[in-house]
Amino acid sequence: MFVLKLVIKNALRHKLRTLLTITGIAVAVMSFGFLRTVVTAWSYGVEASAANRMITRNAVSFIFPLPYSYRDQIARIPGISQITWANWFGGAYKDPADFKNFFPRMAIDPETYFLVYPELIVPPDQMKVFAQERNACIVGKKIADQHGFKIGDVITVEGDIYPGRWDFVVRAIYTGRDKSTDETQMFFHWKYLDERIRELQPGRDGQIGWYVFLATDASKMPAIAQTVDEQYVNSRAGTKTESEREFQQGFVSMSSAIIRSLEIVSFIIIGIILLVLANTIVMASRERTTEYAVLKTIGFSPGHIIGLIGGESLLIAALGGALGLVLTFPLAGAFAQMFPTFFPVFNVETVTIILAATVAAVAGVVAALFPTIRALRTSIAEGLRAIG
Amino acid sequence: MIEVRNVSKSYRRDSLRVPVLNNITISVPDGEFLALMGPSGSGKTTLLNLIAGIDRPDDGSIEVNGTNVAALSESALAQWRANNVGFIFQFYNLLPVLTAFENVELPLLLTNLPKKKRREHVEAALTLVGLADRMGHYPKQLSGGQEQRVAIARALVTDPTVLVADEPTGDLDRVSAGEVMTLLDRLNKEFKKTIVMVTHDPRAAEKAHKVMHLDKGELT
Repeated sequence: MFVLKLVIKNALRHKLRTLLTITGIAVAVMSFGFLRTVVTAWSYGVEASAANRMITRNAVSFIFPLPYSYRDQIARIPGISQITWANWFGGAYKDPADFKNFFPRMAIDPETYFLVYPELIVPPDQMKVFAQERNACIVGKKIADQHGFKIGDVITVEGDIYPGRWDFVVRAIYTGRDKSTDETQMFFHWKYLDERIRELQPGRDGQIGWYVFLATDASKMPAIAQTVDEQYVNSRAGTKTESEREFQQGFVSMSSAIIRSLEIVSFIIIGIILLVLANTIVMASRERTTEYAVLKTIGFSPGHIIGLIGGESLLIAALGGALGLVLTFPLAGAFAQMFPTFFPVFNVETVTIILAATVAAVAGVVAALFPTIRALRTSIAEGLRAIG
Repeated sequence: MIEVRNVSKSYRRDSLRVPVLNNITISVPDGEFLALMGPSGSGKTTLLNLIAGIDRPDDGSIEVNGTNVAALSESALAQWRANNVGFIFQFYNLLPVLTAFENVELPLLLTNLPKKKRREHVEAALTLVGLADRMGHYPKQLSGGQEQRVAIARALVTDPTVLVADEPTGDLDRVSAGEVMTLLDRLNKEFKKTIVMVTHDPRAAEKAHKVMHLDKGELT
């Protein structure tokens, strides 16, 4: 009780210094939490992958198409229960320079796509209307909220990969079944795309971006992938088949340098937290050398000294860490609001909170180590001679 | 009774050993008021620290009331100090974040005394030094003389048999120094405390029963 009381009184002795240290730690912990959230958000797609979903794309690159004619051939391979396909459309909505106007736009098969992606929840009545109207589209709730899209609105997109002006009528708004489900996409009929391209650019029709299918048995996915790819090994469009998780990891690995940089910066921040706190604790304990000597003279034990220095360090680290964590949420929220489609899912995860709190606590312990050892090693006679 | 027999002490300065005390033998009977005088660096404070059990001799033995202080372990020595010795420092060494009451209470926190008893002891000690009305004051709200009297109250609150004082008037004006010395004299005469005091001040030394002079680590 006495130690706790003295810890609090000591921490408040230089209020400005303590306040600045707490603020420094808070900013660092907030930055750490934010960067870890970015790193987590980057790989949300991997986490959201279904265990039995597989993707077949062009072996050369994701940007090259595959023939639509592969659909039935792939569907016949044993072990595949449901197949669908999608096509990246791209295009520009409103001012393309404004990143807020970016959201994924994909041509899909309305009859099968949502069977393969059951986490995309579309109200049945809206789905029915969507299926019947050739230029209808479905938008995710997040972009509907962001852009104010309502049922019946027309979304005009200026095509780039597929030139021309494209008008889509919003006929459904989907929501995500899980927290990690992306609600920032727009889907429309692949047939609409195919028909218009046949008119505008004959020869580009009859192509899709990638196939997605479900394996009846997840353990057979490698064998299925091999069978699919061997089937097209000598075709004009070879395939690369992999699990959705591997496919998403491939995307993430394209940004591995950025992710690694963020991770390195987040660990540098840990160092900064440590230095900020250690600086304060070293200064404080040096100033109190004589006081520790007096306490030891009176009969206080090394345990009391450890408690005083370690307690002050932990108290400041805890206050700074708590403040930093509290600030992480509005920062992440503001970021998510500013760039809603850059990271479709941007949540401060529990693991991030635990990690940031642990970092602050460990910094509290480590920052106290050197001054505590010094205080314990300083003899009483030396301590009494010291000038703080 | 304090028995210092053939005590030597040296300190290491880088690679050099600097002798501070050389074969000192003194005896301080119970109830004695001893003043140690001598020039700076003569070893007065070192001898005081050895008697008080806050430093250890290289050679020789120190017995205080039958306990060989030099033979005790660190934790036993800390316990022994808490029970037997009261310390008065030149610069008072009060904890600035604690009130006069809390500073005096410090040594009692290591005992099993309940809070009520601790309060009684602290109030008695502060009353004895004439600061009953200053209990809630912080050190910075007190004069130097008052701070030193709080330090004396802290030294005697556990009722130790021995008080050691290192230049207790060294930082005080003449009036305050006089008050402090009167108080120490009273503690010695009235409460039979054995006092060992280091001082440069001849007026302070006048209050002592016995004055010993040290020079270059030896008694002169």
